[in-house]
Amino acid sequence: MDDTDQIVLSVDGLQVLIDVLTADGYRVIGPTVREKAIVYDDVASVADLPRGWTDEQDGGRYRLVRRDDSALFGFAVGASSWKQFLHRPVVKLWRARRSKNSWQVVPEVPPVERLAFIGVRACELEAIKLQDQVLLEGEHPDSHYQARRDNVFVVAVNCAVAGGTCFCVSMSTGPKAESGYDLALTEISDGEEGTVFVAEAGSGRGRSLLAKLPHRPASAADRQSAKAVSERTAASMGREMRSDDLHELLHRNLDHPHWDAVAQRCLTCGNCTMVCPTCFCTTVEDASDLTGKEASRTRRWDSCFTIDFSYLHGGSVRTSGGARYRQWLTHKLATWFDQFGTSGCVGCGRCITWCPVGIDITAEVEAIRDSEAD
Amino acid sequence: MVYRPEAVNTRRGTADATVPSVARVRRRWREGPHTWTLELEPEDGELPQFAAGQFNMLTAFGIGEAAISVSGDPGSKGTLVHTVRAVGPVSTALATLQSGDYVGLRGPFGTGWPMQEAQQRDVVIVSGGLGLAPLRPAIYHLLAERQRYGRVAVLYGSRSPGDILFRRELQRWRGELDMDVKVTVDHAPDDWRGNVGVVTSFIPRTTFDPANSVALVCGPELMMAFTVSALQDAGVRDEAIYISMERNMKCAVGLCGHCQFGTTLVCRDGPVLPFDRVRDMLTIPEI
Repeated sequence: MDDTDQIVLSVDGLQVLIDVLTADGYRVIGPTVREKAIVYDDVASVADLPRGWTDEQDGGRYRLVRRDDSALFGFAVGASSWKQFLHRPVVKLWRARRSKNSWQVVPEVPPVERLAFIGVRACELEAIKLQDQVLLEGEHPDSHYQARRDNVFVVAVNCAVAGGTCFCVSMSTGPKAESGYDLALTEISDGEEGTVFVAEAGSGRGRSLLAKLPHRPASAADRQSAKAVSERTAASMGREMRSDDLHELLHRNLDHPHWDAVAQRCLTCGNCTMVCPTCFCTTVEDASDLTGKEASRTRRWDSCFTIDFSYLHGGSVRTSGGARYRQWLTHKLATWFDQFGTSGCVGCGRCITWCPVGIDITAEVEAIRDSEAD
Repeated sequence: MVYRPEAVNTRRGTADATVPSVARVRRRWREGPHTWTLELEPEDGELPQFAAGQFNMLTAFGIGEAAISVSGDPGSKGTLVHTVRAVGPVSTALATLQSGDYVGLRGPFGTGWPMQEAQQRDVVIVSGGLGLAPLRPAIYHLLAERQRYGRVAVLYGSRSPGDILFRRELQRWRGELDMDVKVTVDHAPDDWRGNVGVVTSFIPRTTFDPANSVALVCGPELMMAFTVSALQDAGVRDEAIYISMERNMKCAVGLCGHCQFGTTLVCRDGPVLPFDRVRDMLTIPEI
């Protein structure tokens, strides 16, 4: 995208963006404040956005605190991710009905809903790409994910602050959105004109939408300010993790005693898998009515931290907490390469923040790496 | 490091892979303790063709679904044969289906045994317990195409004489003059006059050309690990050893993550895997 295509939107312009998307039939979803956290939910106006809020994050700790400005996107990420809208937590797959002497299986047709996401972070764009790869690019695409994914309009907002557990720079996934969006905004809060957004399009439909919004062309100074925002964010990452050697490092250390050391702290609660924007595992549950004439299958998010996950005739493969933590971490950082050709971690830091005991993926990897140096 | 699948012999499920078709149980017979074989016929249309070593997902409507390898003859058209051991609610519901009952059927999925690659070579089949079920289609195929293969050995270990699976077939195969069939049990009552001991002990006592053979192995993981060592000791190269892995399966098409075995998704990359793909993982507990 040519720099000259950048424009400047006011907060009112952002409201017009929401209005235009809504008028186009999109359900507009963005960050809101709910239960003292940033939660992605329906957004009707800019007043629904977390104006003047930021988040403090650390291992096992998340707090919303007031900013001293009126930034609308002055935070990192909360527990919720866009995964819940694309890869739904609960999906009915089919129903079956017993007729006189057979069964009739009726597939559930995924409902068509046009979704517009506002405020997608660079790491989250990469997470969506990873889920696309797993769920759509194999031999048997997931039709339910496909139906929702096909109808999404993505408005990325480049991070203006790095969270305390962020490490996207280490994973080369941010903080600036590079691709995978229709529009990308960089917020310049409380300048001479108040809060403005430097906007650029990443797709044809993004370009035609931008043209409908009240705007002025971006000056060299605007572009410089936007660039400075991303540079400042990149320089203030809360965490870092060396990522060039992870595949080999972890494959070499599958029987490392550190897995059991982590298990001393790990509650195997599965929070990390629920908040992770790339975790895609699901299970199915079959049900029938009391007469046995109706049956159905429902797919649900699952977690590799449950005992049931690896259940195999009479027992589970991974019974110890150490083995389950190892499965999760090595899948993210090593075997994802073997299975899908890329890393499965985007450095969003959610697993660190939302771990009730503050287990830190970057620190656990470092502990293993350090032990090799000893 | 880009993953490149090296599928051996893949024929996979239909387009909407999450939705089962309906099949009818034509016949059901007992194989051993808690173990039954179901012969399925289509409710309408045709049953899918399968390759020896592949599996299907069978649904007991309203109860659940399980991955069951096809245990019948790949050459026989019109029916599909599965052997099920009743251990949990789903397998018990499947194993107790009666002739005329209905099951949901998805598949076939996964890789098959390398029957093409094995041509003109000796074939050593090593199986333990229910592991003989996914190998039976390979044995049927070897018998049907006997001229294309070198020596054929079937080595089978069972827990006790009463647990021996496919007893009639083993007796029939042993009657073949160009096939070496050896059976052993872990423990036996006094009236057993056969071999007692682990199946791996047959390997040094079996005649085959290690430099020009293919080994097909299926059984409990520990048994497979010991079998691979014995085959390596006999001089068989890692690339010529194939194992069939088992993991919890839900979707069977690489979407649900349940069947991960380290670097592989067993439903997509397996269940039949060349040993050199899993060498570093097979002996690590709880992978």
